[in-house]
Amino acid sequence: MLEVQGIHAAYGRVRTLFGVSMTAKPGEITCLLGRNGAGKTTTLRAITGLLPVSEGTITLDGDDLTRLPAHRIAQKRVGYIPQGRRLFAELTVAENIEVGLMACGEGRETRDWVLSIFPRLRERLSQRAETLSGGEQQMLATARALCLRPRVLLLDEPTEGLQPSMIEEIRQVVLRMKAEGLIVVLVEQRMDAILSMADRAVFLDHGQSREAFIGNALRADPSILTRHLGV
Amino acid sequence: MTGKDAALHLGVLAVLLAAFFVLPEYHSGSLARIMVLAVYAMGYNLAFGYTGLLSLGHALFFAAGMYGLALSMQIGGWPALPAFLLALGAALAVAGAVGVLALRTRGVGFMIVTLMFAQAGYLTVLYFGAWTRGDEGFALPQEVRNLFGLDVTTPAGRYFAALALFAVVLLALGALVRAPFGRTLIAIRENEARAAMLGYDVQRLKWIAFVVSGVVSGAAGAAYALLFGYAGATFAGVQYSIFPLLYVLLGGAGTTLGPFVGAVFMFYLIDLSSGITTAYMLVAGLALVLLTLFLPQGILGTLRRRALPWLP
Repeated sequence: MLEVQGIHAAYGRVRTLFGVSMTAKPGEITCLLGRNGAGKTTTLRAITGLLPVSEGTITLDGDDLTRLPAHRIAQKRVGYIPQGRRLFAELTVAENIEVGLMACGEGRETRDWVLSIFPRLRERLSQRAETLSGGEQQMLATARALCLRPRVLLLDEPTEGLQPSMIEEIRQVVLRMKAEGLIVVLVEQRMDAILSMADRAVFLDHGQSREAFIGNALRADPSILTRHLGV
Repeated sequence: MTGKDAALHLGVLAVLLAAFFVLPEYHSGSLARIMVLAVYAMGYNLAFGYTGLLSLGHALFFAAGMYGLALSMQIGGWPALPAFLLALGAALAVAGAVGVLALRTRGVGFMIVTLMFAQAGYLTVLYFGAWTRGDEGFALPQEVRNLFGLDVTTPAGRYFAALALFAVVLLALGALVRAPFGRTLIAIRENEARAAMLGYDVQRLKWIAFVVSGVVSGAAGAAYALLFGYAGATFAGVQYSIFPLLYVLLGGAGTTLGPFVGAVFMFYLIDLSSGITTAYMLVAGLALVLLTLFLPQGILGTLRRRALPWLP
């Protein structure tokens, strides 16, 4: 279980998180929701060690991650797919996957597993990442994070800017990861995606966590979303 | 290394081998110097072209190798081979120490810190002028300049020694950048945070790349002193930190042969334009501006992007 307890963080001297708490469980999708600037991406960056946490704690199955550097957190099998994909543009698809595999000593078995999830990437192995379509780039970013064989998967708006068929494909992958027992934390803006996937939701506002709901409560009363997100 | 890469590298080496028998002595002499400078630039390319570390202080490592060899031969009376190994050790120690400190910074900070270290090195060479002879420098006696029985004071000996060093470094770095380690360096260059998020200890890998880069640069400095028989403070100056950057940018950063192409281009650009006008730096500058405008990724970098995606 991933537990975030009252974390505070800042970009330099600008404080951005003022006490965010959330719990995410294996086999569940936990959505982080909020308006732009609420602190969703910042919370993911704090969990992954890219942003230092000044107060509070982050634990994974009781293991304290709070002060670990980013690469050590990744070695604990925490995979992060940032907004905008951030691929290694000059490397080929195969090399992007290889770089992902090498980091945690994963091998052919994991490579085959990842390519079975994204068969389209198998056809593009020798292609440079920068030449892929937006959807394929998102697949590669997801594939590379899966190369860690993650226990936790953090996704920051994975369907942003994608066409509907690709959105559905990514959605199916997220659901598959949930079914495989991963802890999935998802930042998402699209209401239909939230309603169809969320097992629990945590609303953030001005760098603080506000209310938390279980997915069924959201589905029973979608106005909760419109009230909190102002959409 | 793929078959195409190996064929290209071996082909280039074969052409360089044949060039000695075809070219007039002036050009084969120039080519020997270019190959040593290209080795320096190949070392620099590992840090800048592959890892994204824009150092302005590599003259420090070039000079560490140069003085490591020249002083141990001149003062210590060492033979060339142990002196060469000592030079590599000196470059390793200096690059290791500078790397630990300089890699705590990044971007402009890294450029300034490496530049300051190189300037400190340059001043150190001047300060110990009693041994280094400062700007004036000193010549190595002809009789001690031989390696494995090869007299490197003759045009042939010098050329083939330069070619041997160039071949070893080209093939070794070519294999290194195609190996998983090299792919990881490119990943760091492309997106450092992302590489860390995959579980790479980015700081440690950058340090290793920086040290290897420094050692190769030191090897070039030692070879320069041995083959051309001279060591002077000029080689520790700021312009010798800029030269490899220019060679790499012109030839193509992150390409294995780009540093060599850039060194050939720069050397002959200055050589030819200085034969036409005394304002040859103006001609060289103009050519560089045009090249930067029309081939922003360097000669081989642009070729790779537009026509030959397999180019290493």
